[in-house]
Amino acid sequence: MGLKILTEHINVPGIETYETYRKMGGYRSVEKALKTMTPDEVVEEVKKSGLRGRGGAGFPTGMKWSFLAKPEGKPRYLVCNADESEPGTFKDRVLMEKIPHALIEGMITSSFALGARTSYIYIRGELMFVLRILEKAIAEAYANGMLGENILGSGYSLDLHVHPGGGAYICGEETALLESLEGKRGNPRNKPPFPAVWGLYGSPTVVNNVESIATVPWIVNNTGDEYAKIGVGRSTGTKLISAGGHLNKPGVYEIELGLPVEEFLYSDEYCGGIWKGRKFKAVVAGGSSVPILPAELFLKTAEGVPRVMTYESLSEGGFVSGTMLGSGGFIAMDDTTCVVRNTWNFARFYHHESCGQCSPCREGTGWMEKVLHRLEHGHGSMHDIDLLVSISKQIEGNTICPLGDAAAWPVASAVRHFREEFEWHVRNPQEATKPGAVFNKSEAVLA
Amino acid sequence: MVDFKDKSEVKFSEAAQKEIERYISHYPADRKKSAVLPVLHIAQAEFGGWVSPAVQDKVAEILGIEPIEVYEVATFYTMFNLKPVGNYVLEVCRTGPCMLRGSDQLIEHIENRIGCKVGETSPDGMFTLKTVECLAACGMGPMLQIHEDYHENLDPEKVDKLLEDLRNKAAVKQSN
Repeated sequence: MGLKILTEHINVPGIETYETYRKMGGYRSVEKALKTMTPDEVVEEVKKSGLRGRGGAGFPTGMKWSFLAKPEGKPRYLVCNADESEPGTFKDRVLMEKIPHALIEGMITSSFALGARTSYIYIRGELMFVLRILEKAIAEAYANGMLGENILGSGYSLDLHVHPGGGAYICGEETALLESLEGKRGNPRNKPPFPAVWGLYGSPTVVNNVESIATVPWIVNNTGDEYAKIGVGRSTGTKLISAGGHLNKPGVYEIELGLPVEEFLYSDEYCGGIWKGRKFKAVVAGGSSVPILPAELFLKTAEGVPRVMTYESLSEGGFVSGTMLGSGGFIAMDDTTCVVRNTWNFARFYHHESCGQCSPCREGTGWMEKVLHRLEHGHGSMHDIDLLVSISKQIEGNTICPLGDAAAWPVASAVRHFREEFEWHVRNPQEATKPGAVFNKSEAVLA
Repeated sequence: MVDFKDKSEVKFSEAAQKEIERYISHYPADRKKSAVLPVLHIAQAEFGGWVSPAVQDKVAEILGIEPIEVYEVATFYTMFNLKPVGNYVLEVCRTGPCMLRGSDQLIEHIENRIGCKVGETSPDGMFTLKTVECLAACGMGPMLQIHEDYHENLDPEKVDKLLEDLRNKAAVKQSN
């Protein structure tokens, strides 16, 4: 059993209540930080921990905090990004649903470190039932003196509010999230200025993922140095992995970074292997945006080195033969999966979710969806396959926010690793469009 | 179907008004516009599951902003229904992870059961069928959402039972 920082008490009956959470050692970080530490000392511990943003980008949290501008006479804000919408990812939702106080405790300790007096949790609107759980927990925290005026007699005061989104993937991008919180369409902003200087209502703002914030209490309680001892190299600590797709045991697992991918996929402690006794064909290892990998390149690098669950190991080989840990949205696919259909599905998703600001993304995502639709439905040509690569290249890097990249990578990587399967769709349109038809490499070679 | 001639007819219940005031209090006094998403959610729940132009105008009036500022938000975010809907809106996740676990078949099954296609309302006015993108339930797919509730790990039998329960619930409501 690996160390559990976030989920140790997830199955304790009543852990969603203040009383039980407190009994299990909750809110100690608030006491420690507010009574014995300065805000800068808290920031320093988070820096030392090496904690990297758990929303997907993996940017060091402590460094992000240290960029926060502190001009006189302007409020500072901490906004929690709970707009979890990356296909394959459902860890934040489970954490908030089961242990709402873990996030609230993290918000208080982190807000203190950043000098925020009002903080927001921006949660995707579809998760209204989780919003209600959080609001109940926040009311308990107020009633017990953990929020509001003069918390624990420390002189520090904080108000915490939950804000529902309206159904838009793009609002997971931090500047789109801030626009949305201001009551506008979720159009990402041009950067710079970054939110650390010009964020919510033009004030310095930090936006952090749920999991990142919920990790801060452990760091404060046990020190950043202790946290940095967990994991491997620059991938410190534990990570929540949302495991879905064709698995025997889908669910949310907290792993110590550095866990061998083979153990994660096959051991009964985690995913329990591929369902229905089928073979493992491919995986999207870090949420729909990251490159898809064939099974063999996921388990071992192109050089034959077994991969482990870290930011570095999964990206070994770059985009030629590697992928990314991303948000930890792990989507496994068995050998009955049609990669063309799956790629079309993801392309449709990004087309649907493009905010429409930048032409390459607005037009390119729709174009890729159309081309993939005709390939999947037996009307494609060989030229279409190269066309997909060409469009993806014209989107990548040419947009205000990373949604364009996120749309381009799954398509480009699917063609890179599964070109034969795309070609099979072009050559055998009648067979490929039969319900449940799947490309079989050995048969294709024989034909 | 709930509809209004214009915003003067739109009246929120006392409970909804309180909830709106509570949300507005979360933001700086000169930033009432921040409450537009929460208030649209409250309005949609209050007035039959959709936000008509009159309702959007009322939201603008409450928040002291121009109607266009509400329209552009209501049309951007997918959760707001801009046309009347059935008693229950079935929002089925269609994205990759759910597709891998059978959402295509589930959607087809529901279409056959309720007698309408995606984007339509069943002839009896009971159900509106929508497909939506990933709802953060990938390990529990296929799944669908009705109002605030997630229904996960679905199969045809479970869906049939769910639809029947909803029909019964609606019948009881009507007879009351």
